[in-house]
Amino acid sequence: MTFLLIFLSFLPPTDVIARDKPNDAGSTISLSWNLSADDALIDGYVIMKREASDQAGEYSKIGSTIRGVMAFEDENAQDGIPYEYVVAVIKNGELFESAPSEPTVSSPQVFHTGRTNVLIAIAVFTLMLAYFVAKARSGKGLFIRKIAGLAAVEEAVGRATEMGKPILYVPGLGDIDWTATIASMNILGEVAKKIALYDTALIVPNRWSVTYTVSKEVVKEAFISEGRPEKFKEDYVRYLTEAQFGFAAAINGIIMREKPATNFFVGRFWAESLIMAETGSQAGSFQIAGTDSVLQLPFFVTACDYTLMGEELYAASAYLSREPLLLGSLKAQDYGKLIVLLMLIFLTAFSFLNINLLGILRVQ
Amino acid sequence: MKRKIPLGICLIMGIMMIIQFFIPHPVSLGFASTIYKWVIVLMAFALVLAIGNLIRHHTLKIRKRKEDWPYSIVTLFGMTAMAVIGLIWGVDPDSLYQRIFLNILAPLGGTMFALLAYYMASAAYRAFRARSLEATLLLISAFIVMIGFMPFGQYVHTRFPAFAEWVMQVPNMASQRGILLGVAFGSIATALKIILGIERSWLGGKE
Repeated sequence: MTFLLIFLSFLPPTDVIARDKPNDAGSTISLSWNLSADDALIDGYVIMKREASDQAGEYSKIGSTIRGVMAFEDENAQDGIPYEYVVAVIKNGELFESAPSEPTVSSPQVFHTGRTNVLIAIAVFTLMLAYFVAKARSGKGLFIRKIAGLAAVEEAVGRATEMGKPILYVPGLGDIDWTATIASMNILGEVAKKIALYDTALIVPNRWSVTYTVSKEVVKEAFISEGRPEKFKEDYVRYLTEAQFGFAAAINGIIMREKPATNFFVGRFWAESLIMAETGSQAGSFQIAGTDSVLQLPFFVTACDYTLMGEELYAASAYLSREPLLLGSLKAQDYGKLIVLLMLIFLTAFSFLNINLLGILRVQ
Repeated sequence: MKRKIPLGICLIMGIMMIIQFFIPHPVSLGFASTIYKWVIVLMAFALVLAIGNLIRHHTLKIRKRKEDWPYSIVTLFGMTAMAVIGLIWGVDPDSLYQRIFLNILAPLGGTMFALLAYYMASAAYRAFRARSLEATLLLISAFIVMIGFMPFGQYVHTRFPAFAEWVMQVPNMASQRGILLGVAFGSIATALKIILGIERSWLGGKE
């Protein structure tokens, strides 16, 4: 059999098509081809190219694939120069070349068409946000349901004041680029204002240097806005460590040593959430948690008195400050969810009719 | 002015980064890359401030002989020793710095993580006391999932593991996705509110 194969020629792949890769920064040409009729017998494919203007020039190898593969990307094309590609079958080191592709030029794009749906969604949501903010600004009252965890903030601060013990506010373990951390900073601002009024001690431990600087400014600004800048102490906001479980150990140490009356765990948390919350629970602290991390929510629900679940974390700042503009934005969120739910219902109904429109939700 | 400048920077940079997301052109990618480099530089400055805070806090604690103050000596010694070792002998894979990290810090982190099992046991004991309808539902669903995922589950009933899987994949997944949907919108709204200057809690609220 091997003897026979040596004297046979192998059919090359057909329909080699080269296209500029869409939605990229240029320098990439995508290739596709139909498999060789002898695909099962060959070793693989070799991809070669040459500049289209150099018809006398030889093709140079740019890559290879195993058999059964029908696509390749040339990531080293020079923008503006037309290239021709051939795909050759390789068997025992011998090449059987396809017909060349049409000359193709790579170029960078100025708009990512695969993200059009995101652009539309952001535009619609921004318009809704603007509409409800304008409505709130006009003085129309907006209903917001009671969020037990946030209604308890006043009680939590008051409890600490009565007991003469500090309040521990952990702004999560996420760096400042996590939206949950930003939401936590907004809540910290509101909580710190109440603390400034009640004249209670505060401890804000941080895992990241940037969150440390931001939370320090947030607390300081809150004290200034309440007219009590002299009450702010540098030691209220602390930097601990970037090590995840080192941070958890340090929080446990603070809880056991300083016995805070109230613990806030608000932000992004991972596996350490229960270690901290359970320690606080065993120490008898009043605890309010809030996170958008679905996997950590059950731990907080179990170990804390109140838990802000998912979007409640993002609504907290508006709820606590009662600023009409912020309350207006909550309405936009609710209507945004309604639109997405309706879309999901319609798309599911269409899928029952064998019409698959889910592609419109796909983001590249 | 103290608030207008940060709000202005936030607005301009926020909008530019949103636009950048939709433009794959090299100029746009280069802009994003430059911004990320600035972030690293800012982080380095912030780290100096953070370490200053750490040193000040523990020095004060030692000076005032506060509770457990000897641990502050350990903290300051550990931080200084690691910095000096790293600066003098480097941080290559075979260096002393890496050996200390792998043989002391990593096992300590692992030990803290291992403690999670005990915390889970005590939290589960509290959560699974059927004192309310919700707690009873939690107890029942936890019982179904735990038994169903154990080999013992199929001896209870051959379809018990499949039922446990259904509990995880249908009611549990549905509620998780509901929460995630709210999180996504909350996240977008928070970002837009900060970019547009509607949310100013991080600056101490309204002027």
